[in-house]
Amino acid sequence: MYVAVKGGERAILNSHKLIAEERRGDPSLAELTIEQIAAQFKLAVDRVMTEGSVYDPELAALALKQAQGDAVEAIFLLRAYRTTLPRFAVSAPIETRQMDVRRRISAAYKDLPGGQVLGPTYDYTHRLLDFELAANGGVGEPQAEAADEPLPDLMPPVLDILDREDLIEQEIADRENEPVFDLTRESMSFPAGRDQRLQNLARGDEGFVLGLAYSTTRGYGGAHPFVGEVRYGEVAVEITPEELGFAIEIGDVSVTECQMINQFQGSKDHPAQFTRGYGLSFGHGERKAMSMAMVDRALRAKELGEDAIHPAQDDEFVLSHTDNIEAVGFVTHFKLPHYVDFQAELQLVRKLRAEHAARHEMKEAAE
Amino acid sequence: MAMTDATRMHHEHKAGAASTDERKSWMGVLARAKRDELEAAWASLPSRPAHSIMRAPEIGLVMVRARAGGSGNPFNLGEMTVTRCALKLAGGAVGFGYVQGRDKRRAELAAAFDGLLQDDSRRLELLKDVIAPLAAAQAARRDERSRKAASTKVEFFTLVRGDNPK
Repeated sequence: MYVAVKGGERAILNSHKLIAEERRGDPSLAELTIEQIAAQFKLAVDRVMTEGSVYDPELAALALKQAQGDAVEAIFLLRAYRTTLPRFAVSAPIETRQMDVRRRISAAYKDLPGGQVLGPTYDYTHRLLDFELAANGGVGEPQAEAADEPLPDLMPPVLDILDREDLIEQEIADRENEPVFDLTRESMSFPAGRDQRLQNLARGDEGFVLGLAYSTTRGYGGAHPFVGEVRYGEVAVEITPEELGFAIEIGDVSVTECQMINQFQGSKDHPAQFTRGYGLSFGHGERKAMSMAMVDRALRAKELGEDAIHPAQDDEFVLSHTDNIEAVGFVTHFKLPHYVDFQAELQLVRKLRAEHAARHEMKEAAE
Repeated sequence: MAMTDATRMHHEHKAGAASTDERKSWMGVLARAKRDELEAAWASLPSRPAHSIMRAPEIGLVMVRARAGGSGNPFNLGEMTVTRCALKLAGGAVGFGYVQGRDKRRAELAAAFDGLLQDDSRRLELLKDVIAPLAAAQAARRDERSRKAASTKVEFFTLVRGDNPK
């Protein structure tokens, strides 16, 4: 179908012009700036960074602008961009324990050291449209209250409380110098280790991971999770450049962490103990971090001696379908020309119909 | 974190060769400095030594690692953009700049200051005039953010906070 390709060139160029016009919208309105998107569509930007797997608010904002706000298309653009860059280093694991907390809540303990810090949350807002935001001139410059004292430098993780009593399984680093699975360099393999699963879930589509998490509590997993803690804030990123030979901090990233407490396990050899699920996202992404924590726990089924019978407990099913860029690539490729394939199918269907009709006629003639 | 380290360093620094800890500290402060802050600091220097670029500012990625459960085995969370630069000052010192994001000028200025700070004759003055104010600005931003978060702390009036779990 070479002829069609030639004829398509002009159409493609014109389509680019048309999308540019559509993207810009009404030219009598001011054009959105990247800075505005980064500042005022922060949660959309954070989602694009998490699933695009590149922390860079400006790039994520640019991607959202280019994609007319389509998150998955923006994620695609970010993933494509990252392939053009060299990797300088791998950071030391970030210390979420040392986070500069902006929000930190627990659904397991009301009174916990450091307190419940609501931070910027929609949790307690009335979900009613706020027409002040639509009013001419907008809302001006709202000022948040500031307490006299900052929060303590260190807010120990809530799960430490259970840890001290040995009521929850410990999370110990015992593979410190072993290679860490990297989905950006290795292809998926099964059964997948927890490192592979956590990276996959962190990059995974929020909607899909949310749906899976939901399934574990609605008859397909028997989960009964408690949010031990959700915390959001800044952590330092540290690398050791080869030419320096010592560790330096290169900045801070915002992350959301969820520690999920799950139903206890007990056996002849082990006294009952709560188990953990863990979620982490770039920026402020509680829905994602919570969903990830629930699916992380579900995927630990085999390791914890549970029957793995539900979709969310099946690592091959979950990990093969979380990535929205791969999913989009496969699903939308059906839009591309399949003219020859379709002609072949068409001929086959015509042939089958002809045979069917011939059989029918013979049968009628026989009767 | 680095900002507190830097503030502490400012009080403890002494003449003589810089320790690795001191350098780590100022590099952390430079990495977090905003572009205009670095430009202003650079412009205000009484003298700016000649330098040659060893590695032109280059944009790349750092894979950010985290730990399962916050304390367990490492996994790869996702990458972040980083710009790095290396330059050699007329005196022979090599400065390195590593900054988050894709601002080449920021990386270059960070590298220039790192080089200058290795000069024993200028370090004290630079720590006082450049690094300490940058660190203070960073600490102030952090403090304001934290106080805003603290204003949303729930005050349960029936219980004394911190009494329950011990």
